[in-house]
Amino acid sequence: MISFLTMAEWSPYAVGIGIGLLSCVAFLLSDKPIGCSTAFARTSGMLEQLVRGRSVREMAYYRQFLPEVDWEWMLVLGVVLGSLLSALFSGEFRLEWVPSLWAASYGNDPLTRVLVALAGGICLGFGARWAGGCTSGHGISGTLQLAVSGWLAVAAFFASGALVALLLYGGRC
Amino acid sequence: MLTNLHSRKPLQLLLGLVIGILFGFLLQKGNVTEYDVIVGQLLFRDFTVLKIMLTAVVTGMLGVHMLRSLGLATLHPKPGSLGSTLLGGLVFGVGFAVLGYCPGTIAAAVAQGKLDALVGGLAGIIIGAGLYAHAFPLLARTVLAKGDFGTLTLPELLRVNPWVVVIPLAAALVGFLYWLEQSGL
Repeated sequence: MISFLTMAEWSPYAVGIGIGLLSCVAFLLSDKPIGCSTAFARTSGMLEQLVRGRSVREMAYYRQFLPEVDWEWMLVLGVVLGSLLSALFSGEFRLEWVPSLWAASYGNDPLTRVLVALAGGICLGFGARWAGGCTSGHGISGTLQLAVSGWLAVAAFFASGALVALLLYGGRC
Repeated sequence: MLTNLHSRKPLQLLLGLVIGILFGFLLQKGNVTEYDVIVGQLLFRDFTVLKIMLTAVVTGMLGVHMLRSLGLATLHPKPGSLGSTLLGGLVFGVGFAVLGYCPGTIAAAVAQGKLDALVGGLAGIIIGAGLYAHAFPLLARTVLAKGDFGTLTLPELLRVNPWVVVIPLAAALVGFLYWLEQSGL
């Protein structure tokens, strides 16, 4: 029992079945599909509110997505804690600035990688809210509900994702 | 439906946290907290992401539709349109490849010590989501409603009982995963 908690990696099929069952639990106990990206929009609203005050709540977008802690926000906080637990159990917790695939093509400079990650993050956050969901909200929860939006979104995510990954790494194996 | 439980707000926040902890634990054990694994999927060199997602979809699709048939769950399909889902999805994909994490896996990656995810990516996602909140009125006036299809689901589109889609789709996805393994991918 303990040894499987300290394993560095589980079979992707075991992980997938676990996430699928967890989705069922979320529907049953909380009447909610699992999703992550609105938590980032709410966080952004909360931070902007610190600077600009309560007028932020008058913005059309934040009237729809109140800048407050909700179920999904707690879920994302939980993801941080759960991953930390898993990494501590298995000894996989390691501080790392530059992923090895990136380093092999673009070098070891942390600043370059962080700036590129920042740009990628802006695109990801903007796109996730534009599309109304991310790899979990659309990619898993949407597709498993057979939502047309979910299947279309996941096709778009992987189509442009694969194209850009090819531009970044094409030909350099 | 456990409507009584659903309306207990503080308890629901706690449930969100617990479900999140299990989700994060699974993401870390699945190795999708690694940039190399996610970008490896986009390059079709490493199929971990697809294996996890499709297995989750098969399991969740069967389970959630069973709960629904038993009257224990309601579906919440997201509304969509070509102008929001497709265009936004294409923008998301660019960020997905450049950042190498997504909003769920980045939370897990940060907890595992990935500093590019913490200092660059997480800040970027929060900034990007905030920029979207400001761009929203303009996009709502222009593109968001183009090609609107609402909360349509595949069984509604095909005008069939959901199980008529669920069973063959589950079989096809399992077949695809089996083929992936057989091909050594």
